[in-house]
Amino acid sequence: MAATIAMPTRHARSNRDRMLITPEGVALPITLASRGSRAGALMLDFIFLGTAFIAVTIALISLGGGVASLIGQFDMGGSASAALQFLVVVWIIMTFMVRYAWFLWFELGARGATPGKRLVGIRIAARDGGRLTAEMVIARNLLRDIELFLPIGFIASAGADSTPAWLAATAWFAMFMLLPCFNRDRLRAGDVIAGTWVVEAPRRKLEAAMTLPEAAPSAAQYRFTDAELAVYGEYELQTLERVLREGREPAIESVQATIAAKIGRDPWVSDSRAFLEAYYAQLRARLETGMRMGKRKADKFAGEA
Amino acid sequence: MASRPDILGPDLLTAALLRSDRFRIEREADWQRLDAIVTSMEKGRIRRVSDEDLLALPQLYRTVASSLSIARAISLDAATLRYLEALVQRAWFVVYGPRSSLTTWLRGFLGGGWSQAVRGLGLDLALALAVMVAGTLVGWLLVAHDPEWYRAIVPSGYADARVPGASRAALHGTLFGNSEQNGLGAFAAYLFSNNAGVSIMAFALGFAFGVPTLLLLIQNTAMLGAMLWLYHGAGLTLDFAAWISVHGTTELFAILLAGGAGLHIGRAMAFPGTRSVLAAASEAGRRGAQVMAGVVLMLVVAAMLEGFARQLIDNTAGRLIVGGFMLAFWCAYFFAFAREPRTVASDGEPA
Repeated sequence: MAATIAMPTRHARSNRDRMLITPEGVALPITLASRGSRAGALMLDFIFLGTAFIAVTIALISLGGGVASLIGQFDMGGSASAALQFLVVVWIIMTFMVRYAWFLWFELGARGATPGKRLVGIRIAARDGGRLTAEMVIARNLLRDIELFLPIGFIASAGADSTPAWLAATAWFAMFMLLPCFNRDRLRAGDVIAGTWVVEAPRRKLEAAMTLPEAAPSAAQYRFTDAELAVYGEYELQTLERVLREGREPAIESVQATIAAKIGRDPWVSDSRAFLEAYYAQLRARLETGMRMGKRKADKFAGEA
Repeated sequence: MASRPDILGPDLLTAALLRSDRFRIEREADWQRLDAIVTSMEKGRIRRVSDEDLLALPQLYRTVASSLSIARAISLDAATLRYLEALVQRAWFVVYGPRSSLTTWLRGFLGGGWSQAVRGLGLDLALALAVMVAGTLVGWLLVAHDPEWYRAIVPSGYADARVPGASRAALHGTLFGNSEQNGLGAFAAYLFSNNAGVSIMAFALGFAFGVPTLLLLIQNTAMLGAMLWLYHGAGLTLDFAAWISVHGTTELFAILLAGGAGLHIGRAMAFPGTRSVLAAASEAGRRGAQVMAGVVLMLVVAAMLEGFARQLIDNTAGRLIVGGFMLAFWCAYFFAFAREPRTVASDGEPA
């Protein structure tokens, strides 16, 4: 079975990063969703829910109005009142659905996310790295009922102008809303019960390889010696890669000047980008060769291991 | 102008191709194929994915996962590594995602998963039952001691004609002769929505170590006890019992299960034993959720019985038969056939 382990501190980019071990034994870095994005997703879902609820209610009322006028015209009491009653049944069932089925239905889908979560790019996952089961989704959404809807019902039953009711409801809201702020994995009550957590859903395109000859034809004019390549490590290589992929001209020029100065070359070259691409490709070749031999150099401060 | 004499020839150029790039070029087609399958499955367009692709998905997932492991060992191309990590994670979500077919889950659920979860509640179910019996007794005794309690226990919405001091005829009228009543469907839907809300709350409040669940159970059954006392005073005990048993055997059973599930969570969190609190809570929560899905089903049945059957069957014997049959049915379903369900819930193998 899969398990989660603590991320080695050297790789941790933020305190939201966790390492997940899949059943195949591959370590996958995952990022917990931030509290802000979860709150935003909830707001979005409420907007969608409210819109759907109001639209269907208006549709049912106008349908009911049509039926009522039919009763007036043709005096057909029995069947028309049955039709009205049917509309009421539909409305009650819909209210129930809004309360429970919306979150359930969407989180059981392949994306594991409601429309709101999908828009902000987060989803739910099982905390133990195993399969997300229907029971987990049901459990976390039943708890949502007391977290969110109970205080609303409380105010509704006590009357909107009752100050103690508002205070109690606010305290209740605050207790459950703040729960994610008081634990490491940002679990809300439903997550605790269900064994789930909310993570960022990554979407990345495969970017072009930069070291292929056809990708950088003009880079071929620069050749660096082993000593010139030995000054930098993997950290600098990845910084260089980022600078090249972002492709901002001023950044490229200043990085090129820094590297040229560091390795003792003339900082003035005709094509900064070609210089950097050549340096990147040759540094990567050197570091990857070292990697295959079991020698890694983390950054410029590390000696050759 | 730095025109150094270090210009490479075309043969060296091909040699400059990194080993990690060759690795990438050789496998890129597989990655893109998995990416396309996962993307269309995420968009819910599973029908557009060809059968070949679906069959290949677990294999492709493993291939790409192993690509990631190798790439970590030989490549320093951060963008490719991040792409592979994201792709493996997305594929992992699809391969180890929730069971896509609701019918498969439902079959496993009704065919043994539900009753097994109910039996798994064990002691908590007995506790909830004891609390409900105690609640009924407390309601009866309180009202018998001082009828003023009746108003406190039974909400005025339920009371209408059923108040202390009402004549036998008035009470008899609340039990019989409503078969002509209109609006049964809407009434049933209302009852269902209301009862489901109460039982879900009884379950969810188990989170606070089960204490609110206990209070909710006592409050609801005290009402039953108080009304029982009222009808007992008019000599209508059996008629009232029959009237309430039509739906009550199902509804009270459902509330019992919801309360038991709530207590199960509360007890698991208060006394986690050798497990961590989080592990204990999530294990109890998953079992409780399964019970609760069934409770909602039972409440649909109860609302049907209350809305239709109770009004249509206008005699005590018929009502007792229906109520008794439902009770026997639920008991048999949950406890008589203790057969292990096929394990469809949480196996570790990819779909």
